[in-house]
Amino acid sequence: MSRPEIDVRGLYKSFGQNRVLRGIDLEIGRGEVVCVIGPSGSGKSTLLRCVNLLEEPTEGRVFVGGTELTDPDVDIDAARRRIGMVFQQFNLFPHLTVTENLTLPQRRVLRRGKARAAKVAAENLARVGLSEKADAYPSSLSGGQQQRVAIARALAMGPEVMLFDEPTSALDPELVGDVLAVMRMLADEGMTMMVVTHEMTFAREVADRVVFMDGGVIVEDGTPDRVIKAPRHERTRHFLSRLLDPAMADVEEETSDQVGGGT
Amino acid sequence: MTDTGLDAPPRRKGLTRRRKRGLSRGAQYTVFVAAVIALAVTADWGRLGNQFAQTDIARRMFPDVITLALKNTVLFTVSGFVVGLALGMVIALMRLSSVGPYRWLAGIYIEIFRGLPALLIFIFIGVAVPLAFPGTEIVGGTYGKVALALGLVAAAYMAETIRAGIQAVPRGQMEAARSLGFSPARAMASVIVPQAFRIILPPLTNELVLLFKDSSLVLFLGVTLEERELSKYGRDLASQTANSTPILVAGLCYLLITIPLGFVVRRMEAKAQEAVR
Ligand SMILES: Nc1ncnc2c1ncn2[C@@H]1O[C@H](COP(=O)(O)OP(=O)(O)OP(=O)(O)O)[C@@H](O)[C@H]1O
Ligand SMILES: [Mg+2]
Repeated sequence: MSRPEIDVRGLYKSFGQNRVLRGIDLEIGRGEVVCVIGPSGSGKSTLLRCVNLLEEPTEGRVFVGGTELTDPDVDIDAARRRIGMVFQQFNLFPHLTVTENLTLPQRRVLRRGKARAAKVAAENLARVGLSEKADAYPSSLSGGQQQRVAIARALAMGPEVMLFDEPTSALDPELVGDVLAVMRMLADEGMTMMVVTHEMTFAREVADRVVFMDGGVIVEDGTPDRVIKAPRHERTRHFLSRLLDPAMADVEEETSDQVGGGT
Repeated sequence: MTDTGLDAPPRRKGLTRRRKRGLSRGAQYTVFVAAVIALAVTADWGRLGNQFAQTDIARRMFPDVITLALKNTVLFTVSGFVVGLALGMVIALMRLSSVGPYRWLAGIYIEIFRGLPALLIFIFIGVAVPLAFPGTEIVGGTYGKVALALGLVAAAYMAETIRAGIQAVPRGQMEAARSLGFSPARAMASVIVPQAFRIILPPLTNELVLLFKDSSLVLFLGVTLEERELSKYGRDLASQTANSTPILVAGLCYLLITIPLGFVVRRMEAKAQEAVR
């Protein structure tokens, strides 16, 4: 295989005494869609945020598109332009209209002209099916619409890689489908994607690989069929059974190696 | 307490809530009316009218009280506000800087200028600086001095306001901007600060109202006739005419500005409340 689009080597990350990532190695090839699953506090968000260096790794190296982001001399702002990120809480700019949310970064960061930025914005709004909301403010949109705008905003920068951190977790159930449909479209177009999600149907149908994390390490990594239908590790089985049927879960002690849970 | 009849509602003893409220309101109105009557009876209305409401004196003040005095008050205030805003912005950013010495400097500035009376700073600029550095001229003459003095005072308060506003913008906004490739400075300028200013518009407007009043301290700088603002103008005329009407007129002119501004602030605050839902 040619060089991976995302390459994480020997990644460690601690917050003070809290060792959140404990040696992660992960390669994602061009056009590959990888879903990351795992219990709360297992370090999924931290791993994703280390990939575009929103968190500074304590140890280890991160390459995206052949550029080493962990190199202290790299232009991190330039490197991030090639990595789109979608957050659980959307994080749209509330003081700007939908179109302005898409044009401001293009103009300020990529120095695109007004007309060009507007054209790219319109194209990407159309891609996520929200052309008619171009002049609305984010607060007047539903959560699902806001998240699609956030995806369009990231796409307008022409990224080579997209990172998603639980993009549908903050949404009402009936709005999840629209966002997943957009992500499925991106996957079909060949976008390289790393998706932290609990949407197992999406993982099964869209992902090329599923990665199961627990306690800051990758426990299992394989095709969706392998990891979801035939997990090899007890921890994976346990997690999946609880995820697929939450009502069946017992009350249990926090596992000892988990210092403080995430949200 | 003896316990009879488990299901009986609690007996109403003494006054009901409704009755109490009515009595309390009645008492308050009674005190108010009594006070008004006492004032009306004891005040010497003829003398007061003579002192404060001489229409011919009031008429003589126009148009100068507007075209000169009010204009200068506005000019002093706005220039002080602009200086204070610019300086306050710099200090706020220093206060949030990751560089220690910047934070300390900003902190020291804020502590000093919040603690000193504005009057002292005017005297300092007007008297101490010329004595300490003979030959130096503050650009803009009196206007420059006032802008500087008011700006120095206002900057301390505005810096704290601006810092609070910046910190009130959710962390995710900076993260979203950084993830799109904004540098920290550019993210601050085009994403964070515009949102911060929306948040702090009401307190900043309040600061403007305070500066309007503080601009009267220009009295202590020694100004030419053309540079007089409302307070000095009112006082000069009051002593010329040996009558207090000019003070009243000057006071009304302040209110002409500050009351609408206060109204605007309350409107903005109500709107901000609404936006939060
Ligand atoms: N900025 C931070 N400072 C300190 N501790 C942090 C920080 N971010 C995350 N952590 C800690 O790191 C651990 C892992 O957090 P992380 O958000 O990566 O988990 P997660 O797998 O994404 O969980 P969830 O499913 O709840 O989102 C948690 O214990 C959390 O408290
Ligand atoms: Mg998370």
